Amino acid sequence: MRNIIIIIGVLVIGTVGYLFYQDKAKVPVADKESSATKVGFVYLTTPGDHGWTYAHELGKQMVEKHFGNDVKTSIVENVPEGPDATRVIRELANQGNEIIFTTSFGYMDPTLKVAKEFPDVKFEHITGYKRSSNVATGNIRFYEGRYIQGVVAGLMTKTNKIGYIGAYPIAEVIMGINAFAQGLRSVNKDATISVIWANTWYDPVKEADAAKVHIAEGADVLAQHTDSPAMLQIAEKEGALGFGQSTDMSAFAPKAQLFASINNWGPYYIKKIEALRNGKWSTGDGPDHWAGNVWGGLKSDMLLISKFQNMPDNVAKKAQETLDGLKNGSINIFAGPLVDNTGKEIIPAGKSLDDGALWGMNYYLQGVDGKVPG
Amino acid sequence: MEALILTIIATSIPLLLAATGELIAEKSGVLNLGVEGMMLSGAVGALGAVLWLENPYYGIIAGALSGIFMASIFSVFTINFMTNQVATGLGLTIFATGLTGLAGAPLVGKTIPSLPKIEIYLLSDVPLIGSIFFKQDFVAYLSIAIIIFISFFLKYLKSGIILRAVGDDHQSAHSVGYPVKKIRWYATCFGGMCAGIGGAYIPLVLTPHWSEGMTAGRGWIALALVVFASWIPWRIIVGALIFGGITIAQLVGQARGWPIPSQLLSMMPYIATIFALTMISGRLTKNNSVVPSSLGKPFFDNK
Repeated sequence: MRNIIIIIGVLVIGTVGYLFYQDKAKVPVADKESSATKVGFVYLTTPGDHGWTYAHELGKQMVEKHFGNDVKTSIVENVPEGPDATRVIRELANQGNEIIFTTSFGYMDPTLKVAKEFPDVKFEHITGYKRSSNVATGNIRFYEGRYIQGVVAGLMTKTNKIGYIGAYPIAEVIMGINAFAQGLRSVNKDATISVIWANTWYDPVKEADAAKVHIAEGADVLAQHTDSPAMLQIAEKEGALGFGQSTDMSAFAPKAQLFASINNWGPYYIKKIEALRNGKWSTGDGPDHWAGNVWGGLKSDMLLISKFQNMPDNVAKKAQETLDGLKNGSINIFAGPLVDNTGKEIIPAGKSLDDGALWGMNYYLQGVDGKVPG
Repeated sequence: MEALILTIIATSIPLLLAATGELIAEKSGVLNLGVEGMMLSGAVGALGAVLWLENPYYGIIAGALSGIFMASIFSVFTINFMTNQVATGLGLTIFATGLTGLAGAPLVGKTIPSLPKIEIYLLSDVPLIGSIFFKQDFVAYLSIAIIIFISFFLKYLKSGIILRAVGDDHQSAHSVGYPVKKIRWYATCFGGMCAGIGGAYIPLVLTPHWSEGMTAGRGWIALALVVFASWIPWRIIVGALIFGGITIAQLVGQARGWPIPSQLLSMMPYIATIFALTMISGRLTKNNSVVPSSLGKPFFDNK
């Protein structure tokens, strides 16, 4: 009896020891596998084939193409902003992702919360303004594209009424409206912008209703800062014109889309992952802490402009000139003298608004009707 | 002005259809909170059918069938297995949100032809009235026809009176020999059909593409509308137009720079519903017949 126990004991110890040894032997192999940098992405919706999240998906694909086997990406789709996001981001960090991109404004606090628990993991939060030692932020100068939209709208409108659909009256959206107004007034002093707030980022029926109301009120060129292609579809149906959002939406409105501002996150992702791999990742404590360390636009190819279409050659030419001017810096969108739409001077001639002032915008410039709600 | 009235009508139609269907279900004693889910499945079904068969009219049929499918899931649970109607209805909406997201994934980014307007000979040429009443799409005419039929059905047809009896007191209806479960099955499926067509109207007319959760809460407004109409069919038309009208007025107000905060206008439909509820409960003491008495109660036929 005792012998049997001893034999079993030896066998057990032997097995455990062998497994232990094997486990240790495996470590270098595992290490080789994980030499690929693990990158995580959190998406607000399923990517689909248009709009905000799809633009991020394209960026992720550029990362995969650029790094090949050196990078292993994982994504989580359909993550609601709020407590659920905290859980998802923590899970991605637990899985050993070394850098995690959280791609919506509402992930700001969840990202910071998880970042505190994982000081060795790097986090990149898109469009936020809060940072910490391992949380950097990235954003695109969307308003540059909107300035070109304003120029084109000013030349294309016959009724001199522009319909604008905004999501929420926050600085991000307001600076877009003001940039649009600056572009509009640079070519057409008689045209004005009327703004409807949808109070949602995404509600196709409401966006369509807002577009119909704009057209019924006499607008013939529409612009949007909401996510669905509904506005362009209405424009197509009613014979009006408009601009695509985040990605090229000409498939939805082949006759109505003048051009689209395209968000190009790829170069930014690649730059930050490269920095991480070289041990040079930082939160870049630049002077413009409002926008975080990466706030790129047309110059850095983070914002692309799709083909100019459905417009006469002279308008397309002017649009191209504007695009070139913004790229080479000869056009300064928010250069003084700037006057708001109540006649109050914002800044005198010779000065221009800095990035901090853009993130503090709570007024409309000349050319916009009404006043900012709230 | 004409364009605005047409927009209001178009916005109201999905609400009107879904609320009418729900009214019949509730009259039979079934409270189905899955309207939002049934609308979503109608929308995705319609879009899929139109992409496949390339004719928007098949979209209406597909929307109706998808709605009936969802409603029969609800019926199996609540009527046959006697589960709690509120919980099952909420579950149905959550389930349908996920299912339609999955089923709709291959449809994202595709556009479909809209439902054409049907012009009624000569009458459609009358200014203003012509384009409002006689130049609408098939579903708009259909929804008015359904409302007229429902009013007649509930008041004058024997089957309609039986349906009301089942909703008001299922034990009595059962004891005189009416098949309570069968009637509730039919009523719930009719509700599903109407909600499905209402949902189908969104991609077929309002925004011809699919995107996840595109009904954006209209099912819940339809539920409120039934209460607002105090279970009387023709009041649903009034209610739907008021709800739709306020939605549009809120947008027009912003475009024209009215000094009323848009949030206040967005609140109005809900305030109106609460007001209607208060009025109803005030009247209940005098006349006890407004709310179907067996509403939301499961029926056990072994008693």
